[in-house]
Amino acid sequence: MIKQSPTRAPKQYPKPPEGTWTEHYPELGTAPVSSESSISPEFFELEREAIFKRAWLNVGRVEQLRRNGSYFTRELAVAKTSLIVVRGMDGAIRAFHNVCRHRGNRLVWNDDPRVESKGNCRQFSCKYHGWKYDLDGKLSYILQEGEFFGIAKGDYGLVPVHCEVWQGFIFVNLAGEPIQSLLDFLGPMITAIDYPFHNLTERFSYRGDIRSNWKVFLDAFQEFYHPPILHGRQNPVMSNAEYQRMGFYTMHFQIDGPHRVGSTSGGGGGQLPPEALNPIEGVFRSGLFGPWDHADLGTEGFPPGLNPGNKKRWGLDSFQIFPNFAIVFWETGWYLTYHYWPIAHDRLLFEATAYFVPARNVRERLAHELGIATIKEYALQDCGTLEATQMGLESRAVTTFPLGDQEIMCRHLNKVVNDWVSDYQRSRAEV
Amino acid sequence: MPAAVLPPQFSDLEPFAKTWCLASEPERYAKRLASSMDELQAFYDAVFPRAEEAVAYCDKFPLHDLPDDVHRLLLLLYSLILVSFAVEIWRQPCIPDTGTASFELKDAPVP
Repeated sequence: MIKQSPTRAPKQYPKPPEGTWTEHYPELGTAPVSSESSISPEFFELEREAIFKRAWLNVGRVEQLRRNGSYFTRELAVAKTSLIVVRGMDGAIRAFHNVCRHRGNRLVWNDDPRVESKGNCRQFSCKYHGWKYDLDGKLSYILQEGEFFGIAKGDYGLVPVHCEVWQGFIFVNLAGEPIQSLLDFLGPMITAIDYPFHNLTERFSYRGDIRSNWKVFLDAFQEFYHPPILHGRQNPVMSNAEYQRMGFYTMHFQIDGPHRVGSTSGGGGGQLPPEALNPIEGVFRSGLFGPWDHADLGTEGFPPGLNPGNKKRWGLDSFQIFPNFAIVFWETGWYLTYHYWPIAHDRLLFEATAYFVPARNVRERLAHELGIATIKEYALQDCGTLEATQMGLESRAVTTFPLGDQEIMCRHLNKVVNDWVSDYQRSRAEV
Repeated sequence: MPAAVLPPQFSDLEPFAKTWCLASEPERYAKRLASSMDELQAFYDAVFPRAEEAVAYCDKFPLHDLPDDVHRLLLLLYSLILVSFAVEIWRQPCIPDTGTASFELKDAPVP
């Protein structure tokens, strides 16, 4: 049987000297990968402990906690917990398990304990017996304190969760003692990014409860192999003859520790011939690639850390921060984040959030609106398809899948997940 | 004759105002899914040719202090954006191949 090796890419998409991106990172191998980790409830239980209770997880941005006393709660089904993230009266941002130290009631919630809440307060007060906590977690009040036996309020503060901030992104770590600091975890490729996130405060956010494994879902959002096909009908750019014939090539891939980035060319609507546009795009000067007109990011020069491959026709970077967080930077001056929150081995909560420099007029506002509407139309197509993929894998009719060089990011995630699970199992065996 | 809700220059769009001046994206999206293609096409055919003029008109006012009738015109343009996907691309109200998957809007700017 003749085995096919990757052929040369078109010369405008040069690959590393090894011939392929995948072989540039030999630890990845080139063999088909197992799909078992996406359909096994047992493997998901391991992922909870090995990954989601040990890695740094992004739970929001500092702009969501504008004033002292601002807080929000986050449901983390993957860790079977809820967190309170709060800016204290001293301005510091802290995170706590959202559990009253008395008899374990969920502390902060409105109407429905399963629904996240947010607000501003001076203290947290339990709905059950009225125990009160300061915003730094200290227990400040016990009703009928004299009825308790040898109790010291200092021993009953809220259970803290490690919480650190990078570039305004709030991360938590559920480990008793994290293996690495946040900055060490993020590593040089991610921490090289210095972007004026604080100036992009206009925020649109969608979320969807999707019946697919979190990695099956994430994989579709970290490769550019599928867009000309799955999204071929949505946009004339994607259905153009070149992509349909020869596929789409990512210009640059880079891997750093558990994180990875793919960069692609531009092709923002503003540079396309009219026949490559949907009519609405010409009117509102926006579409698939977001607004056509460059936003003023309020900084000098090109943001450090972006376009790590230093490509001339750079259009976007898709940074995938392990395990479940992505930041996509667009050439025209806006960014998207994706979060993939596992709920079960076959279900996740997907969040897509777009950030813009605040619109100064209706024209800019409409360009943002068309951009995020386009994202929704695209992403829902992915959602339907990825539920179908999950169903396909659950049949176990196929148990491995081949991955091409354009899917190196999927191969890398698969390896990092397996490595973290193996490392966890080893550390458990040693105890 | 009911009272006009849009700026006088856009009185030809009044028949669509009651249906399509909806305050939030979830309402607009639900309305699109609940409409027939004939209804969506009629709305698109009426509003699309006026869109450029409507944007220019709205921009005579500060974004965060739009008079009520101008704000309703903006809501009509938001609806045009959602309806355009059904008319220009899908030729059906819903996105193909989405099964039962759906999104909820968590955050959006005002207006």
